[in-house]
Amino acid sequence: MSNYTIDNFSSLATWFDTMLNDFMPSWLATTVECVLVGVGLLLVYSVLALFYILYERKICAYFQCRLGPNRVGPWGLLQSIADMFKILIKELIALNHIDKFLFALAPYLVIIASVLCFAVLPWGNGLQIIDFNIGIFFLLACSSIGVLGILLAGWSSNNKFTLIGALRSGAQMVSYELSVGLSILTMVVFAGTMDVAKIVEAQADHWFIFSAHIPAIIAFVIYMIAGTAETNRGPFDLPEAESELTAGYHTEYSGIHFGFFYLAEYLNLFIVSGVATLLFFGGWMPFRVAGWDGFNEIMGYIPSVVWFLGKAFVISFIIIWFKWTYPRLRIDQLLTLEWKYLLPINLVNLALMVWIVVEGFYFGQLPQ
Amino acid sequence: MANLQEKVSRLFPEATFEEGEILLVNIPDAKLHDLVKSLRDDCGFDYLVTIVGMDWVSSLGCVYYLTSSLSKEFVSVKVQTTDRDNPMIHSIADLYRIAGIYEREVYDFYGIIFINNPDMRRLFLNIDWVGYPLRKDYDANPEINPVSIENERQTDHTDSWVEQPDGSIKHERPRVFKEDDFVVNIGPQHPATHGVLRFRTAVDGETIQKIDVYMGYIHRGVEKLCEDLGYMQTLHFMDRLDYFSAHNYHHGLCLAIEKAAGIEVPRRAQVIRVMMDELSRIASHCLFIGTFCMDLGATTMLFYTLRVREQVLDIMEKTCGARMTFNYDCLGGVMADLHPDFVKDVKALLEVLPKNVAEYNKLFTGNVIAHNRLKNVGVLSNEDARSWAITGPSGRASGWACDVRKTHPYSVYSEIKFDQVVRTEGDSLARFQNRVDEILQSKGILEQLLEMLPEGEYCAKVPKVIKLPVGHWFQVVEGCRGLFGVYIESDGSAKPYRLKLVTPGLPAAAVVDHITRGQKIADLITIGGSMDYIVPDMDR
Repeated sequence: MSNYTIDNFSSLATWFDTMLNDFMPSWLATTVECVLVGVGLLLVYSVLALFYILYERKICAYFQCRLGPNRVGPWGLLQSIADMFKILIKELIALNHIDKFLFALAPYLVIIASVLCFAVLPWGNGLQIIDFNIGIFFLLACSSIGVLGILLAGWSSNNKFTLIGALRSGAQMVSYELSVGLSILTMVVFAGTMDVAKIVEAQADHWFIFSAHIPAIIAFVIYMIAGTAETNRGPFDLPEAESELTAGYHTEYSGIHFGFFYLAEYLNLFIVSGVATLLFFGGWMPFRVAGWDGFNEIMGYIPSVVWFLGKAFVISFIIIWFKWTYPRLRIDQLLTLEWKYLLPINLVNLALMVWIVVEGFYFGQLPQ
Repeated sequence: MANLQEKVSRLFPEATFEEGEILLVNIPDAKLHDLVKSLRDDCGFDYLVTIVGMDWVSSLGCVYYLTSSLSKEFVSVKVQTTDRDNPMIHSIADLYRIAGIYEREVYDFYGIIFINNPDMRRLFLNIDWVGYPLRKDYDANPEINPVSIENERQTDHTDSWVEQPDGSIKHERPRVFKEDDFVVNIGPQHPATHGVLRFRTAVDGETIQKIDVYMGYIHRGVEKLCEDLGYMQTLHFMDRLDYFSAHNYHHGLCLAIEKAAGIEVPRRAQVIRVMMDELSRIASHCLFIGTFCMDLGATTMLFYTLRVREQVLDIMEKTCGARMTFNYDCLGGVMADLHPDFVKDVKALLEVLPKNVAEYNKLFTGNVIAHNRLKNVGVLSNEDARSWAITGPSGRASGWACDVRKTHPYSVYSEIKFDQVVRTEGDSLARFQNRVDEILQSKGILEQLLEMLPEGEYCAKVPKVIKLPVGHWFQVVEGCRGLFGVYIESDGSAKPYRLKLVTPGLPAAAVVDHITRGQKIADLITIGGSMDYIVPDMDR
């Protein structure tokens, strides 16, 4: 399988597993592996979030004729690190008249949902933490937990603004979950599997956006719109519309609890981009053109992790571009867009995809 | 004017008249409501410019300034009451919607109760304030009204003095909100109120049912302060009202005082003043476009518009020495001559303006989300705009041609060709587009002014202390946000006896309740933004 790229992390993982099993009992080896993976995951998670914060700040600065962060470190590279330390040492302000348990629980729910989704993504050749036959289903299920945290945060803060923010958020995420789910389902119909690794493998020669052509492009556009709404980003940032609701559901949070919401928001941006990469742009697969062997070989020299991150960053750039260009929608317009336009188009698109799969009007081979 | 006087005296034989620049009708309180009603319905005086509360020591009273949107004629009505302990005047709140707010202001400062006004709370001061500060016998001892270190008191009830059929007056205390309303406090600290303003908003889900506007958080009592200062000194407050219309407001007060004192302003100074007014208008509208788009979530627009505004401020800094709170217009002309670079800089600005405006339209006005957010949101009909005294670009968006530069031209405006931007839709989109278009109109005005800029004196010789003769004067100019009026009453001394400022911000904030009912919370931000009120302007 590893002839696509020069690296293959599964051999590394196998070697490490064998080495551990050589000098410790298998239960201990498994535990050690789990802990290492968990720590690694959280580390990558936070580093990526810091990178994303800087990434967005720089991009939006250039959109707005500004320079963005440029004081801490070269080109402001250390700005996010400094911000992280600031947020870590900030006081968690204890509020009266709130539901303390739920108030404290909410940020953890949000961040756990986000970390679980994060774990499903195929980072590179063989570099995947959770890989089982219903990977996509798991992703959809986990991403739905996040809205619970947001609703709890809004409700337990005992503040009218946060409550309105939470209600908006509930309505918005529940609605757009449908579109995200259906557009993913469209691609699952094409791929014929929910296994993340197999979906990536199937795109070795043709990315799905090319091989499934029209319905895939429609699904991609809908996925991008709904994914932006799922992550509560502009122009769908109503739950935290700062000019209306100050900060929406997380108005009352401080310190690292606020930091969790903040991190989760940026990571959700990455997850949405990552899933788009996985479903439409071949995951970590390099870009290949049938027949151009020399070109394909050069592409194959680029490590798979770089391919995956690169594609995700480009898609994130588009989502960030949305946010810094468009004004915000109103809640009724938001729901109208979902229920009257995106959902019917999505259903028709799903039927179209089924027809294309049945009739075989696609390029390349489907995984069996 | 003679016509009007004849007509009024036929209908109201008890009325007496004072001739002057503006006809003044003296009327006893009992006939006030009938007189104003017939002025409105029969003579076309459909716009209440202001209600000036007055304390003449022997009596308390009000001067009402009315104007007609058709004939552009002014008329003023004076009503007095000698009862200082329990002064009462009939309300005209049912004739002009804005009168309800103006009467509250008079009540706040003079303690005059308006019979039949449904909402007779104080407008600016705290509800537990003792005394009425603009009365001449007001005791300003700080021990009477100490600075409160406790939470602001507030009440859910309002006061109303209602005239019964038998002629007696009954004091009622109706509730502001229903008992089970879900009331959200938007402000005083809120990013979209553009200052320290508070909307108590009753909502049903996301739908707004009623808004109670709380003002006065940055009320500084400018009118009271002016009564203790010489005329030269009063000028310095004008840039602290609507800080984006600093030049225009200075211009207004200067014109009023110059008119009263008979000072001739050199032509060069007149042209410079108007140029500064129009530059302010460009800067102000640029800021409006930016902040309005930011309220709607399109943050990037702010930086594109601030780029132009910075250019304007650079021009002003060179000539006026400040980037805000300019103190450039003075009695007799302007403080200093134009900077040598002025003409070159303005030409450079005018060159980039159309390109920038086209960019704004491309980025925002043409956007489908922006259209959905603005179209048919907060529709203000022409009639309501006049009744609520909504002037400026907002009023003109409702089809009311109320540009003072056209209706009552002052300075050199009568010699300049420009169009009054009028739209009839009356929604937030029209209010937004009006301002965008006015930038281009200001560009045209500036081009003509640069052509006609004469050489000569920039300031006339004026005495160090200016004394106005006994009398009263009224002057209106067009600020960046609408009509700015100055009423001066002089007792012959070096200080104004009464200086009343009519600002466009107050009606713009007061009307928000009227046009947001039944709309969404997000629309409150759109509508509030599109009315473009400035809080220091309404609070004064």
